[in-house]
Amino acid sequence: MTATRTTQMTEMTWTAVCAVDAIPLEGGVAALVDGQAVAVFRTHDGSVHALGNIDPFSQTSVLSRGIVGSRGDAPVVSSPMYKQAFDLRTGRCLDDDSAGVPAYDVAVVDGRVLVGAPREAT
Amino acid sequence: MSKRQRIVVVGHGMVGHRFAQAAVERGLTETHDVLVVGEEPRAAYDRVALTSWFSHAADGDGDEALTLLPGGAYDDPRVRLVLDSVVTEVDRAERTVTVVSPPAAVGDPLAHPGAVTVHEYDVLVLATGAAPFVPPVPGRGLAGCFVYRTIEDLQAIKAASATATSGIVIGGGLLGLEAANALVQLGLDTHVVEMAPRLMPVQLDDAAGSTLVRHIERLGVTAHTDVLTEEVEGDDRVTGLRMRPAGTEQGAPTTTVEAQVVVFSAGIRPRDALARECDLAVAERGGVLVDEQCRTSDPAIFAIGECAAPGGTMYGLVAPGYAMAEVVVDALLDGPGTFTGADMSTKLKLLGVDVASFGDAFARTPDSLELVYSDAVAGVYKKLVVAESDAGSFRLLGGILVGDASAYGVLRPMVSSGLALPDNPEQLILPAGGGVRLGMPDDAQVCSCNDVTKADILHAVTEQGCEDVAAVKQCTRAGSTCGSCVPTVKNLVEEHFASVGKVVDKGLCEHFRLTRQELFDVVAVHGYRRFDDIVEAHGTGRGCDVCKPAIASILASQTSTHVLERGTAELQDTNDAYLANIQRNGTYSVVPRIPGGEITPEKLIVIGEVARDFDLYTKITGGQRIDLFGARMEQLPAIWRRLVDAGFESGHAYGKSLRTVKSCVGSTWCRYGVQDSVGLAIALELRYRGLRSPHKLKGGVSGCARECAEARGKDFGVIATEKGWNLYVGGNGGAKPAHARLLAGDVDTGTLVSYLDRFLMYYVRTADRLQRTSTWIEQLDGGLDRVREVVVDDALGLGAELEAEMARHVGGYADEWRATLEDPEKLARFVTFVNAPDTPDPTVSFTTERDQIQPIAPALIPVGAPA
Ligand code: SRM
Ligand SMILES: Cc1cc2nc3c(=O)[nH]c(=O)nc-3n(C[C@H](O)[C@H](O)[C@H](O)COP(=O)(O)OP(=O)(O)OC[C@H]3O[C@@H](n4cnc5c(N)ncnc54)[C@H](O)[C@@H]3O)c2cc1C
Ligand code: SF4
Ligand code: FES
Repeated sequence: MTATRTTQMTEMTWTAVCAVDAIPLEGGVAALVDGQAVAVFRTHDGSVHALGNIDPFSQTSVLSRGIVGSRGDAPVVSSPMYKQAFDLRTGRCLDDDSAGVPAYDVAVVDGRVLVGAPREAT
Repeated sequence: MSKRQRIVVVGHGMVGHRFAQAAVERGLTETHDVLVVGEEPRAAYDRVALTSWFSHAADGDGDEALTLLPGGAYDDPRVRLVLDSVVTEVDRAERTVTVVSPPAAVGDPLAHPGAVTVHEYDVLVLATGAAPFVPPVPGRGLAGCFVYRTIEDLQAIKAASATATSGIVIGGGLLGLEAANALVQLGLDTHVVEMAPRLMPVQLDDAAGSTLVRHIERLGVTAHTDVLTEEVEGDDRVTGLRMRPAGTEQGAPTTTVEAQVVVFSAGIRPRDALARECDLAVAERGGVLVDEQCRTSDPAIFAIGECAAPGGTMYGLVAPGYAMAEVVVDALLDGPGTFTGADMSTKLKLLGVDVASFGDAFARTPDSLELVYSDAVAGVYKKLVVAESDAGSFRLLGGILVGDASAYGVLRPMVSSGLALPDNPEQLILPAGGGVRLGMPDDAQVCSCNDVTKADILHAVTEQGCEDVAAVKQCTRAGSTCGSCVPTVKNLVEEHFASVGKVVDKGLCEHFRLTRQELFDVVAVHGYRRFDDIVEAHGTGRGCDVCKPAIASILASQTSTHVLERGTAELQDTNDAYLANIQRNGTYSVVPRIPGGEITPEKLIVIGEVARDFDLYTKITGGQRIDLFGARMEQLPAIWRRLVDAGFESGHAYGKSLRTVKSCVGSTWCRYGVQDSVGLAIALELRYRGLRSPHKLKGGVSGCARECAEARGKDFGVIATEKGWNLYVGGNGGAKPAHARLLAGDVDTGTLVSYLDRFLMYYVRTADRLQRTSTWIEQLDGGLDRVREVVVDDALGLGAELEAEMARHVGGYADEWRATLEDPEKLARFVTFVNAPDTPDPTVSFTTERDQIQPIAPALIPVGAPA
């Protein structure tokens, strides 16, 4: 879920990564957030999601380069390496229950994308 | 224990064979011995598919391909088959038959001393078939006159055609048109002469007949209707045919068409001579008269197939004959089976022309209504004959389809089932209606040749363990004769599996129920350019890694849009998305095109310098070019800037598109070479570079038959001959190796290129996603023969269109990498981190091995692994 803008946002917890328009619709970009590679995606309806960029199956930093689409009701990205799908909302791998990537809080403020902290796994 | 009974069958044609087969399968041979005597020199073969003998003969296996009895003998020793022998006499009082072998001995025992044997029977089955009727035209006995019934007839026609330039078929019926098409295939300038005012007068009405003429003429056949033949001209060999308009008197002005081959196809006559000679009752218009159990006027004698006339009518089709064979076996087993008439529906097996006529095609039923749709430009004519019931619903009685008979498989069973049609039955023939979808009752006959109902097919799937269409065909025989019911069988099988949740979905993925080919057509018809429009109109959801690249490929084949255009870039598979191949550590490889494997020293040096300056691993690939590995994504533009400046282009190693056209040195250097294989390989690689296709494409050109370029291991392979080039298609290495097969021999370069244009575009249009050419050809209805019909014979009349599409591709080609370098928006995607463009990906690092870099497995690198 996209985090709502709150007044206690500080530079510490949120990193501005790029203009929202820099992310193509149904595409992704990678950003460095606190030294971690984070993949930031935009879906068809314009909503923004962020996941860890490292594909757990190949250990490569590539998820942002995957194809964004849907599986059932879930918005997903499929890894460019071996094609497993990850739910953009939770980071859960839909092809392997035991795998997943962290999902990050993300917000769009004044046309800029801000990435927050990784969320607790649900 | 009662004595074993003896059955003698006269004639080993399609129906005699079916009788013997049924006798074995249904246990009749437990109590009966069967002797089958056949006049032809070979066991029964598929006469319905006779015309395909020509194409099989080209491959050297004409006889085997058609045979109905591989191995030439029945498994059951109680069935004995004697070939090359004629039954010359039936003695009903003694219950014996006289057999003379070989048939040439008949009537001339001195010239041909033959063996004469006498056999006793308890039951005699006549299955002598029919003979072509040759009207009493003067000159009909000249050399060069033929009929069209047996393999020997075809052998003779083929031999005569080798030295002929034009041919005439007398008779414009179903068989005549098939024969005419064969003459066209044999390279003759072909004419068809028909007495009636239209072609296929028995099956078609006037409007349908004239639509058919246009199709036939497109195949290269000249039709002369409403004419009478006066004389076959010539001294000892045919030189032509003289004819005059129907309705004129003898002596009226005539015209002559030149020809060296004349084929009579003016109808058939039942072979009932044996029956006549032993005084069995025959029908008024010929044929052995039989009752509903196919018993003749002598209860020990049955007649089946084309020689029989149940209730006075003879049936010139195989399905009724098969039914009669089953009825007789049933009668001998004391079963209740009867033959009470048959469906005379027909579908023309002519290449590329769809014609079907079924049920009450002429609306002879009182109060029937005709619904007609006709499009003269497209050459489509469709007529349905329906009856309106008191309740206001419609029932289908029959119909005619010309130019588009795709609905035949569904409509024909509707006639026998009597199922009520939808309220607006015209939807069934209007083009907008698309496919016809109707529930079919279980007892609807799906395969009329083999009398297989929908219930039989479902039974095969549910009870007999048939897993696919091929198994159902084998198990039920549905689709194994004329083949016109195969699409319906396929639908039924697929529908059934879908209904039980088994995945045989031909759809691309969860987002599209359409196949790639269907999507290709949808995109072409609507002119779509955006994924959004396509998925909104024809799919669900937002797509995935299966359908998006497939649609990207379809859009690329139909337009010359750059793959990284906004909205298109996001559809591309990983490799296309960065115009490079991703490697196991997330870096990329760079493959510049080296057409035909030929490269100058200067260019080799540039590749070396680029590799050195960017510290890339280099390797000579299996495709006669050089691959540079280990480039970080953000380095790709700089590497390509250097390569493009030196005159290199993208090698498309990343795309489902043309890879390489491998060459051997050929006649320029090699002492054996007979043509310039390098020159041709380069020309072909440059022509087809960038063509997006269902799977990758590879080519090869060898300078002589030694085949050093391994051309036959490629999707298209060309081998030089003294006279030109041999073109092979459908080869590949990889997971399932296949040897390419000959498509056309000894063609000149221009012809070669036009065949290749057509072949590749036909493949691009109709293959499934990730289907190499070999599997595509294998799965195509008709296989390589079909490809040859479309590509070489241009049977669909698509040749020019396919070539024009290729011309558009060739004209619209631009190097993808050069275009990318020139466009800041496309370049913007080549950064690792949007917010830190100068930071390289920390998960990528290398070690050194044999003096070059090698990736370190990312898992071993101790950087920022996620929590
Ligand atoms: C580099 C190369 C091996 C080499 O070191 O020589 C190679 C490398 C790859 N091959 Fe290959 N193939 C290479 C020649 C071949 C050949 C030999 C040939 O072309 O003569 C074959 C067998 C011939 C054939 O294709 O018919 C071959 C059969 C395959 C297949 C199996 C295809 C099949 O139909 O079964 C794949 C998998 C696929 O395409 O789905 C494949 C896929 C791949 C991919 C693209 C796998 C991938 O997605 O990462 C590899 C990456 C290429 C890269 O990073 O550049 N490669 N591959 C060769 C590049 C040739 C070139 O210059 O373009
Ligand atoms: C080119 C062509 C295309 C056709 N297309 C179709 C089609 O699409 N659909 C369809 O339903 N039908 C089609 N037919 C018709 C179909 O082939 C026949 O209906 C079928 O072959 C009839 O089978 P049969 O066994 O009665 O006769 P045949 O197959 O002719 O067999 C009779 C056999 O008996 C032999 N014989 C005759 N007399 C003697 C004797 N005294 N002693 C020993 N042997 C003897 C003959 O030599 C022959 O081998 C086509 C026919 C041809 C020629
Ligand atoms: S295929 Fe023939 S021409 Fe080509 S290199 Fe081999 S031997 Fe020489
Ligand atoms: S209808 Fe001819 S094979 Fe089925």
